[in-house]
Amino acid sequence: MTKNAQNITKEDVQYIASLSRIHLQGEEVERLTKDLENILGYVHKLEKLDVRAVEPTSHVLPLANVYREDEVKPSLPQAEVMKTAAAPHNGFFKVPKVIQ
Amino acid sequence: MSQTLQQKYETVIGLEVHLQLSTRTKIFCGCANVFGRDPNTQTCPVCLGLPGTLPVLNKMALEYALKIAMALDCRINPVIKFDRKNYYYPDLPKGYQISQYDKPVAYDGHLWMTTADGQARKINIKRAHLEEDAGKLIHDDRSNSSLVDYNRTGTPLMEIVSEPDLRSPQEAYDYLQALKLTLEYLHVSDCDMEKGSLRCDANVSIREAGAKTFGTKTELKNMNSFKAVRAALEFEEKRQREVVSSGGRIIQETRLWSEEKWTTITMRSKEEAHDYRYFPEPDLVPFEIDEALIEEVRRSIPELPRQKFERFVGEYGLSEYDARIIVADQHIAHFFEACAKLYADTKKICNWLNGPLLQEINGRKLAPRDVKIKPEDLVAIIRKVDENVLSNLSAKEALKQVLDTGKDAAAVIRDAGLAQVSDSSALEGIVDELIREHQSVVAQIREGKPSAVGFLIGQAMRKSQGKANPRMIGEIIRRKLSNKSEA
Repeated sequence: MTKNAQNITKEDVQYIASLSRIHLQGEEVERLTKDLENILGYVHKLEKLDVRAVEPTSHVLPLANVYREDEVKPSLPQAEVMKTAAAPHNGFFKVPKVIQ
Repeated sequence: MSQTLQQKYETVIGLEVHLQLSTRTKIFCGCANVFGRDPNTQTCPVCLGLPGTLPVLNKMALEYALKIAMALDCRINPVIKFDRKNYYYPDLPKGYQISQYDKPVAYDGHLWMTTADGQARKINIKRAHLEEDAGKLIHDDRSNSSLVDYNRTGTPLMEIVSEPDLRSPQEAYDYLQALKLTLEYLHVSDCDMEKGSLRCDANVSIREAGAKTFGTKTELKNMNSFKAVRAALEFEEKRQREVVSSGGRIIQETRLWSEEKWTTITMRSKEEAHDYRYFPEPDLVPFEIDEALIEEVRRSIPELPRQKFERFVGEYGLSEYDARIIVADQHIAHFFEACAKLYADTKKICNWLNGPLLQEINGRKLAPRDVKIKPEDLVAIIRKVDENVLSNLSAKEALKQVLDTGKDAAAVIRDAGLAQVSDSSALEGIVDELIREHQSVVAQIREGKPSAVGFLIGQAMRKSQGKANPRMIGEIIRRKLSNKSEA
């Protein structure tokens, strides 16, 4: 979002909620709009800091190059995996029909 | 399509290719990267996205990605990172795909390809990045549900994005062929569109010929072969020209190709397009691509199709046409070169490879790599033709039997009795019989009709079941008949 933090609208909150598949009630939209405005207001303050001397980083730890060798490890048995399914079906996860 | 519309509008195409990398394991976990197993048997807490798990990058996947980047003459980012691409769909267990956003492995590359009229064209590669594949959905109409198999989840993918440099559906097709060939030479994927290990989406727009800016593009999906890509682009090009020329406007949208209906259908418009909210993947650290790693990978890159093509033309004197066919399959190219080391007439080797051998391979519906014939055997057969031991017909039969039985050429020629009969006494007997049986033809020959000799040679071949040496038969006929006429 490129919007100014002060300008979070209810529509923005509804939009993000729909992307996240979250259904919000009217009162929740009001509260979350205010919360989000506060959070982004704080971020906005940080944006005012002079960080020209600070190297950009995408990660909080001073770590790089953590690799794994290309070696096969055992997978979970299908029956075990199916225990995590709300609706197991012949080894598949059954979900409401989705069509792209 | 009228000629005027074709001249008035220029088509602009860019392609996105997704390539499954053939590493032993998935990109971020140790599950086997295999195709065709029972559903949900190749998964673990990491690729299922269970809470508390952490992905770790498979070093081989990065090396394959670097190999591709170098083969496409890309620039390589000295530091790469991964990002989360967020969207909800049942084939994505975590609710996001680990991909790369602003620090991809590679950018600014190019691929040389040959157009249908034999011209070399340079197609620029915008970027190439690593990401994980999603699971597979099977739609079940009866139960009105979808079934999800997460075996494919976490398969390493390289996404290769071309610049919008392609100007026709045929050019897009030729680019895909050239790209696939380069990728095959690298041994980083099985490049099989039917198995989904190579997939392609296309962006297409039209603009008035000579225009500098691009028209509004549509994105085409769901093409499952190169021919389908070309067909979908042809359809879409025509549709856009008709919309624009009748005063309409193209809407930016994603359209699905339907093979059954031979049409493209709106899938989603820009307004409904996904907002992926990319952000850096906090579970993975950045990766430094240093010179040592680049050098190590560079050493593993074999001679690529374009270099091989140029070398075959220069070193073996092949025509561009022959070289192109031979280089189009690395196993054929390797086979050719092994033959060329044993036998000097490379044109003759080409004729056998591009003719009878490829016919046999295609007739058997085999891939060239599955064909069991040694270079020594093909060269032995060619030599026997040179020595007049085999007729062209028997030589083809010998080739066929080598492929059928796996025996060597010498054994096949001996066991099947394919060698020509060059024993003159046996041939003289055949000619004597023919002269008795075909008096009227003999008369024609004496009158100086040369085609009549050909008829008798044909009869001799038949009598000998194709084994008589036709040159010798011809000589014997001419000698006997001229002797008699003199007598």
